[in-house]
Amino acid sequence: MTFLSKIGLAAALVAGSVTAASAFTACQVTDTGGIDDAGFNQTAWKGVQDAMAATGIDGRFLESQAESDYEANLNSLLGGDCDVIITVGFLMGDATAKAAAANPEQKFSIVDFAYDPTIPNVVGQVYATDQAAFLAGYLAAGMTKTGVLGTFGGINIPPVTVFMDGFVHGASYYNEKHGTEVSVLGWNPESKEGLFTGNFDSLDDGRAFAQNLYDEGADIVLPVAGPVGLGSAALADELGTEALKIVGVDADQTQTDPQKAHVYLTSVLKRMDSTVQQVINAAMDGSFEGGLVVGTLENEGVGLAGFGSFEDEVPAELKAELDAIRAGVIDGSIKIGG
Amino acid sequence: MTTSIGKRALDDAGRALLQRTARGRSEFEDLVVVPVFAVIVALILGALIMLATGVDLPTIGKSFVALAVGSVGSLNALSETLTASIPLVLAGLGLGLGFRAGLFNIGAEGQLLLGGTAAVVFSFTFPSLPFPLLMILSLIAGAAVGALYASIAGILKATTGAHEVISTIMLNLISYRLLEYLLRQPYIQKEGRSDPISKSVPDAGQLPRLLDWIDPNLRLHAGVFVMLLAVAFVWWLLFRSKIGFAFRASGANPDAARYAGMRSGLVIVAAMATAGALAGLAGAAQVQGVLGRASPGFSAGIGFDAIALALLGRSHPVGILLAGLLFGGLEAGGRQMQVDAGVSIDLIGIIQALIIVFIAAPLLVRAIFPWGFRKDAKGGKA
Repeated sequence: MTFLSKIGLAAALVAGSVTAASAFTACQVTDTGGIDDAGFNQTAWKGVQDAMAATGIDGRFLESQAESDYEANLNSLLGGDCDVIITVGFLMGDATAKAAAANPEQKFSIVDFAYDPTIPNVVGQVYATDQAAFLAGYLAAGMTKTGVLGTFGGINIPPVTVFMDGFVHGASYYNEKHGTEVSVLGWNPESKEGLFTGNFDSLDDGRAFAQNLYDEGADIVLPVAGPVGLGSAALADELGTEALKIVGVDADQTQTDPQKAHVYLTSVLKRMDSTVQQVINAAMDGSFEGGLVVGTLENEGVGLAGFGSFEDEVPAELKAELDAIRAGVIDGSIKIGG
Repeated sequence: MTTSIGKRALDDAGRALLQRTARGRSEFEDLVVVPVFAVIVALILGALIMLATGVDLPTIGKSFVALAVGSVGSLNALSETLTASIPLVLAGLGLGLGFRAGLFNIGAEGQLLLGGTAAVVFSFTFPSLPFPLLMILSLIAGAAVGALYASIAGILKATTGAHEVISTIMLNLISYRLLEYLLRQPYIQKEGRSDPISKSVPDAGQLPRLLDWIDPNLRLHAGVFVMLLAVAFVWWLLFRSKIGFAFRASGANPDAARYAGMRSGLVIVAAMATAGALAGLAGAAQVQGVLGRASPGFSAGIGFDAIALALLGRSHPVGILLAGLLFGGLEAGGRQMQVDAGVSIDLIGIIQALIIVFIAAPLLVRAIFPWGFRKDAKGGKA
C-alpha cells in the first residue's frame, strides 16, 4: 500500500498539481441542473467548499447531465481517491445504494434520501422542509393582494413536494387565523397531484409555468425545481414585483441570484451546506456512522431567509406572528397539516 | 481493328480501375485523414476556449491527459467507453441506414424511448421466463416497438408525402409525453413511488455484465455483442441484400429507382422501420444493460448524438462504429476531465461539437492542412 501511495504521490507531482496533496478528499456527484444552479446543487456543493475552507481538505465534483449519468459518475469517483462520496438528490437513491453495496469500505452520503433499513456505509441527509415552507406559505398568504398563491415543482418526488405541502398548509393556517380565503394553485396535498415541469433544468419552463399561474391570478409563486425557478424570477423581474413575487428555495436566492434579488419575497432555506459539512467532519474525525441526519427548524437545518427588498413592506405584526409560529412548530404546539 | 478495339477496351478498363483506386484514396482521406485532423483542430480550439475562460495551461494539459486516461487509459476507462458507445452505435446505424435511403430521420430519440420502455414492460410482464430467453425477447420487443413507431413516419411519407423531418420531430415530442403518461400507469409505475419511474427489469432480462468478475464496478455488458452483430447485419443489409440495394438506389436517385421498378412506398416504410428497430434496440440495450428501468428522459439525447455520429461515420456501418467509439471515449474521458482537472463537462460538449463541425466541412480541414492530402485527390489536375 505504501508503495502504491508513493506512486500516487509521484504521479501527483509529475502532473504538477498546484495544491499540495491533501490527506482527505470529499467528492460530490450533483443532480441534473448543474453545480451553478443558484439553489439545490450549489448549496450542497457549498458544504464541501465550506469544509475545504475550514479544514483544508480537497473537494471534487462531477455534474450529472442526465439520469443515466448517475451510475457512471459514481463509478468514476470510486477507486479509492475519495474519502467520502456525497450524492446529491433523491433520484440518485438507487444508484447510491448499489454503489454502497458493491463498495462496503467506501463512505457514502446522500442528500434527500433516507434508506429503510439504513445502510452501514451511507448517511442519508433529509430535511423537514415543510416546517420552513409552512412559514413561507403563511407569509405569502399575508402578503398576497389577489388572494391567490401559486406553486409548481420539478418532478413529483417527496423532497420536492414537501416544500409544496408546507407552503399550502402555511397558507391554510393563515386562513384559519385570519378568516381569509387565500387559495394556492398548483398543488393538492391530499391527492398529491399538482403542477410539475418534469425536469430540473429548463428556465423556459420556469417562465411558462409562472406565467400560467400569474394568468390565473397568483401574485406570489413558489417554484420548487432548482434552476427552473430562475426563469420564474426573470418573469417577475419583467412584470414588476407589484404583479408577481417569487419565493426562493434551497438557498437564500437574493444571494445566489443577485441580479434578480429584488423579486424574492423570501427563500425557504434547506441547509444542505450545513449537513454536508457535518457529514464530512464526521468522516474526518472517525465518528462516521451509517444512518440519518435530519435538518429541522430547531437545529436550523431548514429555515426562512430574510425578506430582502420587502423588509419594509412586510408588516411588523406579520413578522411577529411568524416568530410565534416558528416557536410553535419547534415546540410541537403547531402541527403542520394536522 | 480488333486489336485497336481491344486496346481501347483495355484502356477504358484501366481508366476505370484507376478512377476506382483514386476514389478509394479519396474515400480513405474522407474516412480517416479528415476525422483525425478534425479531432486535432477541435482539441486545439478547445484548449484556446479553455484559455479564454481563464483556465491555466497546466490545468489544460492535465485535462487532456485526463481525457486520454479516462477514455482508453485503464480497464475501467475502456469499459466505460464501450458502454457509452453501445446505444450510440445502435441508434447511429439506424440513422445511417435511413440516410442511405434518402430519409433524414430525426426521430431516433423517440423510437429509442418507446423501444426501451417496451423492453422494460415486456421483461417485468414475463418475469418467470428463463435467463437468455427473457433477455432476447425483451430486446426484440424493444426493436419491434421502435420499428412500429418509426414506420408511422414512413407510412405518412409514403401515403401523403409528409416530410419525415417534420413528422419524426413531432413524434419525438409525442414520445416524451407518452412516456411520462405510461410511467404513471399503475401497471408500469414502481410500487411506492409517486414520480414517473418504471418497475425494474428482472435479473433474467438484463444484459449480463461481462467484467464484473474482475471488479463489480465495471459496467460493460453483453450489449456490446448486440452492437457488433448489428454492425455486421447492417453492412450485409446495405451492401449484400436486395432490399439494401433498393434502399441505396432510392437514396441516390428516387426517380431512377422508381423507374427501375422499385416500389418507393415500400422502400420508405421498410427503411424507416429498420432504422426504428435499431433505435428501439439501442433503448432496450440501455435499459437492460445500464439503467435497469425506464424514467423520463432516460434517452439522455442519445438519439440526437446518433445523428451526428451517423454523419461522422459517413453512413457506413464501420464508420459509425468508429465514430461511436470516439463519442463513447469523449463521454467517458469527459467525466475524468471533470474529476481530475475540475474542467466543466460543458467543455466536452463544445469539443464534440467542434469535431463534428470540422468533419462535416472536409474542405475546411483540407484548407487548414493542405500537406495532409494529395493535391489531385479530387482529380481535375491540369
